[in-house]
Parts: sequence; C-alpha cells; structure tokens
Amino acid sequence: MDLKLYVWRQKGPDSPGKLEQFTAKNISPDMSFLEMLDEVNEELVKEGKETIAFDHDCREGICGTCSQVINGIPHGGQDKTTVCQLHMRKFKDGDSIYIEPWRAKAFPLVKDLIVDRSALDRIIQAGGYVSNHTGGSPDGNAILIPKPDAEVSMDAAECIGCGGCVAACPNGSAMLFTAAKVTQLAMLPQGKVEAAQRVCVMTEQMLKEGFGNCSNHYECQDACPKGIKVSFIAKLNREFIKASVK
Amino acid sequence: MILDGKCPSGPLAEKWDKHRQDMKLVNPNNKRKYKIIVVGTGLAGASAAATLGELGYNVEAFCYQDSARRAHSIAAQGGINAAKNYPNDSDSIYRLFYDTIKGGDFRAREANVYRLAQVSNNIIDQCVAQGVPFARDYAGYLDNRSFGGAQVSRTFYARGQTGQQLLLGAYATFSRQVKAGTVKLHSRTEMLDLVVVDGEAKGITVRDMVTGKISSYAADAVCLCTGGYVNVYFLSTNAQGCSVTANYRAYKKGAFFANPCYTQIHPTCIPVTGEHQSKLTLMSESLRNDGRVWVPKKKGDKRPPHEIPEDERDYYLERKYPSYGNLAPRDISSRAAKEACDDGRGVGPSGFGVYLDFADSIKRLGENTIRERYGNLFEMYERITDENGYKQPMRIYPALHYAMGGLWVDYNLSSNIPGLYVLGEANFSDHGANRLGASALMQGLADGYFVIPYTIADYLAKSKPGIVKVDHPEFKKSQEDVSALTTKLLSINGKRSPKEFWRDLGKIMWENVGMARSEQSLKKAIQLIPELREEFWKNVKVVGSGDTLNQELEKAGRIADFLEFGELLARDALDRNESCGGHFRVEYQTGEGEAKRNDKDYCYVAAWQFKGTDKEPELHKEPLTFETLQLAERSYK
Repeated sequence: MDLKLYVWRQKGPDSPGKLEQFTAKNISPDMSFLEMLDEVNEELVKEGKETIAFDHDCREGICGTCSQVINGIPHGGQDKTTVCQLHMRKFKDGDSIYIEPWRAKAFPLVKDLIVDRSALDRIIQAGGYVSNHTGGSPDGNAILIPKPDAEVSMDAAECIGCGGCVAACPNGSAMLFTAAKVTQLAMLPQGKVEAAQRVCVMTEQMLKEGFGNCSNHYECQDACPKGIKVSFIAKLNREFIKASVK
Repeated sequence: MILDGKCPSGPLAEKWDKHRQDMKLVNPNNKRKYKIIVVGTGLAGASAAATLGELGYNVEAFCYQDSARRAHSIAAQGGINAAKNYPNDSDSIYRLFYDTIKGGDFRAREANVYRLAQVSNNIIDQCVAQGVPFARDYAGYLDNRSFGGAQVSRTFYARGQTGQQLLLGAYATFSRQVKAGTVKLHSRTEMLDLVVVDGEAKGITVRDMVTGKISSYAADAVCLCTGGYVNVYFLSTNAQGCSVTANYRAYKKGAFFANPCYTQIHPTCIPVTGEHQSKLTLMSESLRNDGRVWVPKKKGDKRPPHEIPEDERDYYLERKYPSYGNLAPRDISSRAAKEACDDGRGVGPSGFGVYLDFADSIKRLGENTIRERYGNLFEMYERITDENGYKQPMRIYPALHYAMGGLWVDYNLSSNIPGLYVLGEANFSDHGANRLGASALMQGLADGYFVIPYTIADYLAKSKPGIVKVDHPEFKKSQEDVSALTTKLLSINGKRSPKEFWRDLGKIMWENVGMARSEQSLKKAIQLIPELREEFWKNVKVVGSGDTLNQELEKAGRIADFLEFGELLARDALDRNESCGGHFRVEYQTGEGEAKRNDKDYCYVAAWQFKGTDKEPELHKEPLTFETLQLAERSYK
C-alpha cells in the first residue's frame, strides 16, 4: 500500500519546526510502523537527504524508547501497544498519517521526533528506590509479601518509562509515571520505611521539572502501552496525604 | 602465548573466599580519588556503577540510550537462576555449578562458574531488598519455576519480565548514586575508542550523539559492560543499537577477543516476513511444553495447515528425538528446523518457518488452560503476525540471540590490558560454548554487584590515583583518530545505504557462519566479508553531518566494526575443529547429529589478538583444566 505521511521535522530545540510531507510506497501490511519509517529513510538516503530522526531500540515493546504521536494519539492508539509493535495492517492504502513527537513542557525537543525525557530519570533519582546498600541484605524469604500485594506491586512495576502518559495528558502531567513507582514500592514492606519521604521528594521533583497536575482526564491510562491504571494515581494522592499529615 | 586465567589455588569451594582475603583494599578516604569509567548501563553496568559509587569511588557512566533504564537486559523474559534450594528439591551451589559447566559443553572455567553459583544467592537477596517484585506463592514466599538444562526448580521470575524488573532494580540503585553525586551519567553518548597509556587502560573517547562533539575522559580504570555482538548477523533478538563497537575498538587497542564463534540461536522466534524486517522477536521457550513442532512431509506443500491430514505431517522432533521430543535442547531444535526448511518443507510465505501446534493441548486441556499459561505470548504473536495461535498453528523459526564469546578476562574480570575490566555478556567467561536459560541475568548482576567491587580494588590499590590526565597526547591522538573515521564515513558519498551493507553482511553470516558451519562455508565467509568491507569503504552513503544528531552516522560506524568482526568470528569458527554447544561444525557430529567435542585438541579458550585490519589475527590459548569435574559427553537423554 501507499501512504501519505506528514512528519514533524525540526533541526533542534531552537529551530522552527514544521510538518513535512512524504510518500511511503509499497508498504507491506506485515511491517511494523518503525519498519515503515525505515523504508522511508532508506529512500531519503538514496536521494541524499537527511533521514527522519526517531527514538527506538528494542523493537519488542519493553525498552520504552520509541515515542511518537500518531494521528494525535501517543503510540498510535492500538490497545496496550508501543509504536514499535504497531503494524501497518492497521492502516489502509491511501491513508494520511500524521507523526509528531511527544509534546510536553518537561520534554524539550532534541530533533525531529526525538525529545529529551531525562526529567523522568530525575524523578526516579529524587527517591524512586529503596536506599539499601549492596551486600548485607537478609535472605530473600526473610521478607514475606502477601501474594495480592506482590501482584499490585508488579502491576505498577510494569511501567516502561516511555512518557506516553505525559504526551497524552492535556496538562503534560507525569502523575501516572510517578504513581507507578510510588505504588510499586509502597506496596512492599521493603519500600514502606521510606514511603513518606519518597512520595514527597518525587512529587516535588515532578513539579520542579514542569510537569502539570492530574485533573482526571484519564488520557494517560488510555495511552499507556502497559496498561498502568489511574487507580495508582489515587494511591499516590493517598500516600501524599498520609505523608503530609504526619 | 599461553594465557593465565589467574584462578586462585586451593579447593574449588574455597577459592573465592581465599582470594578475597588475599586481595588489596583501597582505604575508604582514598576511594573518591579514584575515577572509574563504566560503559553500558545494562544489568552488569548499572549494578557495577551503583556498587562502586556506593563504595565511594568516583564513577562516570556512559550509555548510548536516552536513559540508563533502557539497556537490552530489559528484554529478558524468563528468569534468573540461584541455588537457594527453596523448593527442597536437592539444589545446591555445586549442582548449579555443574549444570552451568555441562550446559556450556565443558568450555568454561571451573573457578569462575563456581563463584557465579556461590554469589547467585546474594543476588536474589539483594534484588528482593531493592523491591524487585518477584513472583510469590500464597504464603508470601518467593516462587520458583524450572527451566531448560536443569532438573531442579531454581529460577526466580517476575511474570514474563524478569529482565525488566531486575534492570529497573539496578537502575534504581544506580539513580540513587547519581543523586548522591558518586555516579555521573552521560546518556546518548557512544564510546568510540579505548585510550591506553603505557600499556594500561586510562580512559575512553566518546561521541556526544546529540551535538556530535568528540571528547575524552580519563580514569584510573575502565569497565566495559557493553553486551553482546549477535547483531553482526543483522537479524537477531537484540535491540537495534546493540553492537560490537566498544568491544571491537578495545580489541583494536590490544584487548584479546575470546571465543567469538560461540553464539546462541534460539529456536522459538517469530519468522521473517520480508526484506524490510529489522529485528526478530523471541517468544519464551516454555511454549514448547505444550506445542508440537511439525512441517508437511511433502516438499513445497502450500496447503493451509488444517488441510494437511495427520499422516502427511512430520513431527520431526518427536520422530528424531523420541525421548526429548519437542523439548530437545535449543541447538538441536534450531538445527532440525533449519534442515526441514532447507529440505523445502518449511511453512509460511517465506518457506522459512515451522509450525508450533497447540491443537492437541487445547483438545486435552482446554483453551482456557493454554490461555492461562501463555496468554501474553499468544497476544504478542497475534500483534506481530495477525494470526490467532489458538485457531491455527503458530509459525516459528530460530534466531540469533546471545553471545557467549566476548573480550577475554581473567578470574578478576580483568582483560589482558591492565585497568580494563569487562563484565556481563561483553566478556566470555562463564557460559562456555552455550548458555543455559536464566543464567545471563545471573552473570550480569554477579559481575556488577559482587565481583568487580572486590577485584578492581586490588588493581587500584597498586597505583596512585589520577596519574594520567586527559591532556596526555594519547587522548589527543585518540580523538583525532575518531574524528578522522567520522569524516571518512561522511565523505565517501557512495550509492548504498549503511543498512544495505549490514543486511548483506547478515546474509553472509547467517548462511555460512550460522547454525551449521563447515570448513567450506567458513572459508567462503572469510573470502566474502573482506570484499564487502572493501565495497563499504568505497560505496557507502552516509547522509547528514557529524556535528549533530545523526543516526545514519551512528549506524555506519557500528556496521564498519561488524564488517571486520564478522571475519574474526568466522576465523575462530574455522579454527575450532570440533562441535561444542552453540558452535556446530557439520564435519564433527555423532551418528545422531549431536555436537562432537574434541577435548584432546580443543579444550582451550581461543583468544585473538588484533594485528591489523587486513591481517590475520594471532591466536593465543588459555588451556582449560578441570580439577573437580570429569569431562563428559553433553547428553540430555
């Protein structure tokens, strides 16, 4: 099939950007979305033009690197699917496809479809961990964890840190991302010791980075390729209130 | 040269403890004066950087990804082994050691593997303490499952995302050290050269992948935690950015490359759909517990699977290996699939696929049971192929997956260049000729959390910190070399894209240095690769410029290294006149088609020394001596 692409091109953070039109020809329905872009890029190389820059790595939906807004929806709108796992059979011959980067105040643009998501790293650096030292840990079975708690913790831990939630949110909020980490650790005995401090410093960092607040649009949950639930945001708020009234 | 692995003397079980007592220490107040570079932030790199940072060393960490959390360790599905013996099924450190040596077809060092088994238990404790949400049973205890190559249940897991959870655990402790200021992270930064001063590794030269700036960092020691090289085959289960570049450039600076021919092929991957294919996706091997593998008996049979009657199907694994059937080891299943397809009986549009059929299991157990066991894998399969595995057989084909070979290191994880340490998949040391499932994660974390913090101190304690500065002429020369290479790649302005060369190289490798290698095929590869390399340097077209983010340039640099490394891999395979583990030479097999080792002549580690791009590398040997175990045929019957 042949497709008409409108792709965001921008040389750098301070250059002006615009949508540029490309034609993707002879696209097989078995291609992934990124393989379709690979083909377009190969054509550009033949023409001696600069290729479209986009982030990607594992191409199996787990590393969280790929990050494109496709026709207005982060990751393209297929349920629980990252861009790299989206396949061209979801499109029809002659379709027009708009491809844009994650857009959020806290994600400065680097080039074309690539943005800087290091703000998410800094939220984790602020306190998204248990402060244990390597060595000297008790036997793994010395800490018993009820299976339902372990399951909720794991549900939250599935977050791949892609930032799709931020791109989907009208407020550019990273509440779902932060909530997932806060919940994962708050559900476990190992994480409870520092729970109050953790939720405060992580939230503070989130605001400092320029992420907005949650106003219950739930767009993040819809866009999340790993099915992280907004109920974790409720948990984040609860943990935050608990920590504040102490 | 005969290489010395520097394994401590004494009884196997006491070697590591004794060695730890013998090694020198660095005073806590002096640690911050030593700078250590860690390249790569996967399981090995993140755990090493975090632990060294905790100890007080001044760590600079580098990764090519935009975040330290994205390294390809994240894609590991199955689990991590440890000798905890929680299920009371007679597991022990010795048994894990034995299984790993046997699985590696007796081509690994006893002392290294024993230490790995010893620290495996500490890893689980450490990860639990970090908040890694391992699977639990209803009483709240850690759950275990069984995995290939072992008769005990020793695998700890977190759903089908164990690699992700362990990496995020390591990334969290790593992040804590970034916050504490002991670790400085350089993301989107690619290492392009190792700097060696007076015979010792004293720094690296890197390219900032956003600005294109080439700069150097000096340090007292360098740790490469840069993963495996199977992307030399173009199509593999590795991430797109995985390359041999860091390791290969260290090799060019004198580090020995050990056993490059030991590559692992995984039997249950989703088949290739066409030229556009950029990577192969693995599905957990556990599927073979309930799926039956078959192809049509007739060549070129294009009927859909449900129209092929039972007596016209060849359940070839069950036929050839009646005792193991569909659960035959990875290498055997992979080769059998290739043979069926080469025989013209492959299925799917390309003819390079075999069926993995769940119809009988669904009839026996019901679709719900199968869904409970493998639901996520069926979903993933459908997302990629648009086929429903419950209604029609899945199609699978083997794919390159893991590199057992890597830079040569001694017992201390030190390469032959003092000050250069190599950890995780990037080194060669623990898996011999074949890695068992759930052992890669174990090795990466063992090296980073529990080995390097001890062994690196012994080296650092022997010298004053900060002797070599970045203004040393070697750094300037290194930067000039790297810049020259970049300029050269950009200036060729030929007709073919980097990716076309990569794909061509992959074809040569897969056809001639793949699952079944012969003297003839290897010699062919050794002839074809330099020809392709020559064409690359005349005809590659790298668009864009060097002073900005340029993914074509990044790719071209990595492919340039693959175009040299592929030849080294083929040479190693040609030199090893035996079959062992993942290295299968058709000339050396038993009557039943199993790998036939030659312990008399090849019980050694092959470590290659670079002598020039178009010159033959020099082979050095490290003899493998087995003090505890008897060499035996690797049989799973």
